[in-house]
This record gives sequence, structure tokens and C-alpha cells, in this order.
Amino acid sequence: MVPLSWYLIAAAALFCIGVYGVLARRNSVGILMGVELMLNAVNVNLVAFWRYLAPDNPAGQVFALFVLVVAAAEAVVGLALIISVYRDRRSIDAEQIDLLRW
Amino acid sequence: MTEETLVLLVWLIPALPLASFFINFLFLRGRDRAAHTVAIGAALGSFVLAQIVFWTAVGQGGEHLAEHPIALSIPWLPTGLTTLNMGVLTDPLTAVMLFMVPIAVLMIFIYSTGYSNINKAPDPHDEPGYAPHGREPLYSRFFGFLSLFAAGMLTLVVADNILLVFIGWEIMGLCSYLLIGFWYARTYPDAKKITPRQAAVKAFMTTRVADIFMLLGIAFLYSQTGSLSFREIFTAEATHHLAEVLFLGIPAAQVIFMLLFIGTIGKSAQFPLHTWLPDAMEGPTPVSAMIHAAAMVSAGVYMIIRMYPLLAGTAHEGHAPEFAPMFIVGAFTALFASTIAVAQNDVKKVLAYSTISQLGYMVAALGIGAYVAATFHLITHAFFKALLFMGSGSVIHGVEHGLHTAHNRAQLSAKAEQVLGHAEPPAEHGEQAEHNHGHSDPTAHEPKMDPQDMFNMGGLRKKMPVTFWTFLIGGFALSGFPLITAGFWSKDEILADAFKHNQLVFWVLALSAFLTAFYTMRQIGLTFLGKPRTEAAEHAHESHWTMLLPLVILAFFSITAGFVGVKSDFPGLGLLINGPFHAEPVSPFEHFLVPTVEQVVHFEPLFFNIFPLIVSFMVALGGLFLGWWVYGRKPLEAGQPDPLAARLGGLWFVLKNKYFIDELYNTAIVQPTNRLSAWVGEVFDRKGIDGVLHGIGNGALRMAEAFRSFDTSVVNGGADQLAESIKSFGRWLREIQTGRVQNYLLLALVSVVLLVALYITLFS
Repeated sequence: MVPLSWYLIAAAALFCIGVYGVLARRNSVGILMGVELMLNAVNVNLVAFWRYLAPDNPAGQVFALFVLVVAAAEAVVGLALIISVYRDRRSIDAEQIDLLRW
Repeated sequence: MTEETLVLLVWLIPALPLASFFINFLFLRGRDRAAHTVAIGAALGSFVLAQIVFWTAVGQGGEHLAEHPIALSIPWLPTGLTTLNMGVLTDPLTAVMLFMVPIAVLMIFIYSTGYSNINKAPDPHDEPGYAPHGREPLYSRFFGFLSLFAAGMLTLVVADNILLVFIGWEIMGLCSYLLIGFWYARTYPDAKKITPRQAAVKAFMTTRVADIFMLLGIAFLYSQTGSLSFREIFTAEATHHLAEVLFLGIPAAQVIFMLLFIGTIGKSAQFPLHTWLPDAMEGPTPVSAMIHAAAMVSAGVYMIIRMYPLLAGTAHEGHAPEFAPMFIVGAFTALFASTIAVAQNDVKKVLAYSTISQLGYMVAALGIGAYVAATFHLITHAFFKALLFMGSGSVIHGVEHGLHTAHNRAQLSAKAEQVLGHAEPPAEHGEQAEHNHGHSDPTAHEPKMDPQDMFNMGGLRKKMPVTFWTFLIGGFALSGFPLITAGFWSKDEILADAFKHNQLVFWVLALSAFLTAFYTMRQIGLTFLGKPRTEAAEHAHESHWTMLLPLVILAFFSITAGFVGVKSDFPGLGLLINGPFHAEPVSPFEHFLVPTVEQVVHFEPLFFNIFPLIVSFMVALGGLFLGWWVYGRKPLEAGQPDPLAARLGGLWFVLKNKYFIDELYNTAIVQPTNRLSAWVGEVFDRKGIDGVLHGIGNGALRMAEAFRSFDTSVVNGGADQLAESIKSFGRWLREIQTGRVQNYLLLALVSVVLLVALYITLFS
């Protein structure tokens, strides 16, 4: 059987890819996709821990389902924001969206 | 009338003039007729009340009144275990004063309306503070002051304790200052002549010196007896206690009395503090009458008469107490002042010195124990001296009027000459122009001739008949013209007492009585007899009726007031006045007055003695005759010097200059005091106290400067620096607020990584 650490390494790698995407992409949609990756990395962790450490307790799976729902909602809101920004500025370049500046 | 009502009346007697003072001062400025109506109304009220009290007292008789005086006192000032009471007391002595004072006050008030020219319109040239030619500009103020003066005197008379006496005493001191200096702006061309302002200060300062001693006496009395109330002090017990306690080997009673007597020396102008009184003549004449007759100087004598029982314990058995300092000072002053009066030319100054001399009489009389005679003379003297002063005021008024008439006529004739084209005198022209345009300077308006100098008068008998005859009555009363004048009876009684108790005092007083008669006749001769010596006297005319009415009334009292003092063993008259059957010689006045002090003082009966009576006759008639011989027989011509001047030579010069006492005081006291004050002011005040103060001030200033630099640099600077650095830090820090989501995320990530690293290093 595949040991737990493999899953964790894979999840960590996935997470790092997500982080990189979030930090490095200029396209806002790309950033959103990075966030999805990070969330899914967490989901992998949750399911792996449940399967290996507490198979009797379904909390891990339930958490993973919650995360999926939240991710879906987040994607909806995020995309809506992006569309709104696009309509306003004709661009979704994250470098140019600095409305929160002082 | 019940006791309570009577007491209320007594309270009201001083209260009415006091109310008049406040009303005049607060509401009646510039409303002249209302002002004198209120003042005279109050005086009249006091007079009526006083008369009611007096006649009730007479009805009750002296003995009853002395045992049951009309008195009421209220606790006024709690002092520790005891309480100072304030109240009124009407015993026989107060009653006789209540007869005299309000009459004199009322007469003076009525006279003042005429003297302040109520009958004339205000003159546009007149300014406040100068002697007026039209109606007095400060009319209501004058009546206000006079009212306060009267209130002070009446307070003193009805007081039942020495403290209230002192209060009235000081009110009068203030009023004398205000009234002597009433024409405060007046100056004279002769720089040596004292101005009203200086005279006021002099009077105030001189009496103040004496008042300090009096206050010491009161304090000593209080420390010995624990009370200031007459009724508690004048008991056999208290007076014996006072006589037994020794202070520096002298009985306390005598020490206290001496201190109080010094107060009288100042107030009643006895030697050596007499110099203020002649200068007080600078005030308006009603004021002089007020000071010399109704109030002030009488108050001095009244006070020692009132306090006389204090000495009761020091007397020999069966005798009235004597007090040597008093008869020495009194007799000396009587003679001393009458010699000066002989050589004075100012009509009011003569009377001033005569007042000093007569007060000396009273003081000397009290000093030898002639309690009744001193009081009697106080009363009669007040009447005829008020009369004489007001008479002299009337004369001055008449002469001043004459001066103006003469002045105006001279101008008119000068003008007429100019118009007719006659010789044109340029000097007069200039003077006239100056006169016409001299509105701003009232002194330019002031006549050049002295209207008070008797040598500028003469012949006024025809011009001013009422003034002349009343003045003659007053003068004769002052001289002691035998049998018909009040002055004779009181003076004779003093002389008779003196003859029995102290021969030296008797002869000194007799000599001064002779001089008194002489200078009185000299005054009458110079003023009224012969022909007018100046144009002013030529044009003088009789005064307004308001000035003459008081003269006539006082003339009446100057004659009749004497008869109450006729003793029962006086040949003829005594029987007529007193009726028969008297075991001991007594007069109605004595019978009424003596019970005041009879509980503690025992007077020995004074039997009729022909010798002092003869002396009294001789000095009065002799003095009058000599005066007439020198000044009346051949009245002086204009410009003729005083015939006595040549006869007396150097002595005349000394008398004329009042024994140089003023000069002596000036050199010995006034100037050293001024120099000392200047020195103290320069060295002690300016260099010492001011130096210390300036030093402290400068030190504080320097310290404050140091503090300020600390404040600006450290406190302010520190706070500013802190704020600045926070500001620049913030400015630097806000750079991270880029607004780009990715920067924030990166920062968050780095922070998380660092925190995790920290956690791991710390907890593993």
C-alpha cells in the first residue's frame, strides 16, 4: 500500500504549484485557478489523513465536501468580480488592479 | 411719655442728621433747595426731639434722672467672655448738652443757607473748590458734610460708652477735615499764607496725634475695668479700684485720664496742640462756628467732663478730685491764647484764639474740680461763640459784597471815561480785558484786598446794624460784661472756684479775662466803630435775613442762658432766681447737673465770696474800657498802624507771630519729619524694599526664561520629534500598501513561513 507520506508530498507539491500560480500569474482567472489548486491540495490532505489515521470517523470526508462547496462559491464570486472589473477597465491584469492602494 | 418712647427719641436725635447726610449725598446733588430743606428739616427734627427730652428731663429733676437715666443699650460686639454694649444714655449732663448742641446746629444750618448765597443765582465764574461769588456750586455737599458733622456730635453726646464717644469723635475729625478744606482749590498770592487744603491736613494730622493717645487711654481703661460703659465704670467700686491700681507708681485712674486728656488737648486745641485751630479758619464761616461752638472743640471738653468721675478715687476725703496737668495746661492756654488774640488783625483769627483761650478756661476749671462751672461755661460759651463767629461771617460777607460793588463801580467809571473820550488808562484797560475773559481762572476774579482784615473795615455799625448789635452782645458775653450776659455768670463761677482752690490759677485766669475783654473791644472798635477805612467797607451792606435770624436767636441765649447759673447766695439776684430757703448755695443749673456724678464725687459747697466777684467785675469792665480807650475813643484812620504796635515794640512782634510756635513746629517737627520721610523713602523704601522686590522679580524672570528654554527645547521639541518620527515611519510603512492582491498574499505567505519557522525553533 502506498504510504501516507506520498500523498502528503503530492498534496504539498500541488499546494506549492497553486501558491506559485496565485503569486506569479498576471491573469486574474489564473490566480483564481491557483486558489482552486491550493484548496484541492488541502482536500487531498484531508482525505488522506482520514483514510490512514481515523477511518472510523467521517469528519475528514465531510470537511473535504465543505471545502468543495466553499471553493465553488468562491469561484462564483471571484469570477463575478473579475467580470465586473473587466467591464470597468477592459483588462483583468492583476498588476493593474490596485484599487486598494492607500 | 413712657420711658421706651423717650429712649427711641434719644436714638433718633443723631439718626436724623445722619439720614440727611446720606440723602443729601446720594440723591440731592445740584438740587440746592431740596438739599437745605432736608438738612434743616433733620436739624429741626433733632432740635424738637432734644427739646422734648430736655424738658422731660428737667421735669423729672436732676436727681431722679441721675438715678433712672433714659438709657438703652444693646449688645454689639461680643469679645470673649464679655460683650461690648452700644447704647444711649441721657443723664443730666447729656440733657444740658442736648439743650445746647441742637440749637447751635440748627442756627448754623439756617445761617449756612444765607452764607452759601441761596438768595443769589449761580455765578458762571464760580467753580467748585473756590469761594463763590454767586451760589455755592457744591451746595448740597456742604449741607451733607454739615449734617454728618452734627450727627457725629449728637452721637457723642448721647453715647453711653466711651467707645461710641470715640466713634462720634472721629466722625467729627473727618468732617472737620472735609469742611476746613471745603474750598480746596483756593490759593493765595502770598505763598506763606496757609491754604484751606493745607489747613485741613494740618487739623486732621494734629488731632490724629492726640486721638492715638485717647485710644490708648480707652484700651487701658478697658483692660482695667473690663467695660467701657459709663454706668459700669462710674461706680464707687470701679473708681476705687482704678485709684488703687498703680501704673509706674501713678494711680491707673490718673494715667487713663491723662491719656484721654491728651485727646482733648488735640481736639479742643489746648497748648501745645493748638496750632491747627486758627488755621482751621480757612474753612467757610459756618464751619468755623460748627467747629468752635456746637461741635468738635466742645466735644473735647465734654469728653473730659464726662470722664471726670474716673478721678473720683484719687480725691481727698470730702473734696472734689483735682488734676494738676489739666489746670496747668488749661490756665496756661487761657492766658497764652488771649495774648496772641490781642495782636491778630484777621477778624476770624481773633475769635479762633479767643476760643482756644475760653476752652483753656473750661479745662482749667475742671482741673481744679469745678465740674459744674466748666460745664456751665461750655454751654454759655457755645452760644456766644457761635454768635460771634456767625457775626464775623456776616461782616466778611458784607465787606466782600462791598468789595465787588466798589470793583464794579470802578470798572463802570473807567468804561464811561473811555466812551467819553477822556484819558484812556492803558493798564486798566488790560485788567478789564483780563477780567472779562478770565472765565477759566476764578482767581483772576478774586479780589485783591483781604476782606477778613479788620484794618480794612471800620464804620460797619451804620452799614450792618443787626450784625453790629448782636456782635456787641456776643462780644460782651465773651468779655463777661457783668450781670446781664451769660459769659459773666459762667466765668465768674470759674473764677470763684479757682479763688478757693488755687490762687495761682485764679490770677492767671483773671489776667486772661482782662485780655479777653480788651481784645474783644479792640475787635468791635476796629470793625464797627469810626469811619469806613476802605471803599469795600464803605459799600458794605447788611446780610440776608437767613444770616441775621440765627444771630438774633443766639444773642437771646447769650444773655438768658446765664441766669440758670446764678447761685442762691448771690446778693439780690440769687434770691430772685432760686427762691429762698437753701441750706447750701446752689444754682438751678448746679442743682440739675450735680446728681450726674454725685454717687462717686463729693463737691464741697462754694459760698459767696465778694473778692473774686470784684475781680471779675474789674477785669471785664477794665478790659472793655481799655479797649475802648485805645480803639474806640479815637477810631483809627485808613492806613494808620495799630497804636499798640509802637507801645509794645518787640513783644508785639512776638504776639503777632503767635510766639513763633508754628515756625518752631515747622522747624522742629514738620521739616525733620519730611526729611526723615524723604530719607526713609529713598533709602529704606526705594533701595531696601524696592531693591529686594526688584531682585526677586528679576530672579523670577531669569528662572522663567530658563524654564522657557527647557520647555521649548526639551518638552515641546521632544513631543514634536516623537510626532515627526511617527509620521515619517507611517509614511515609510504605507509603501507596502500597494493595492495589489499578489503583494499582500506574498507578504502573508512570508509571514506565515516566518511564524512557522519561529514556532519550530522555539517549541521543538
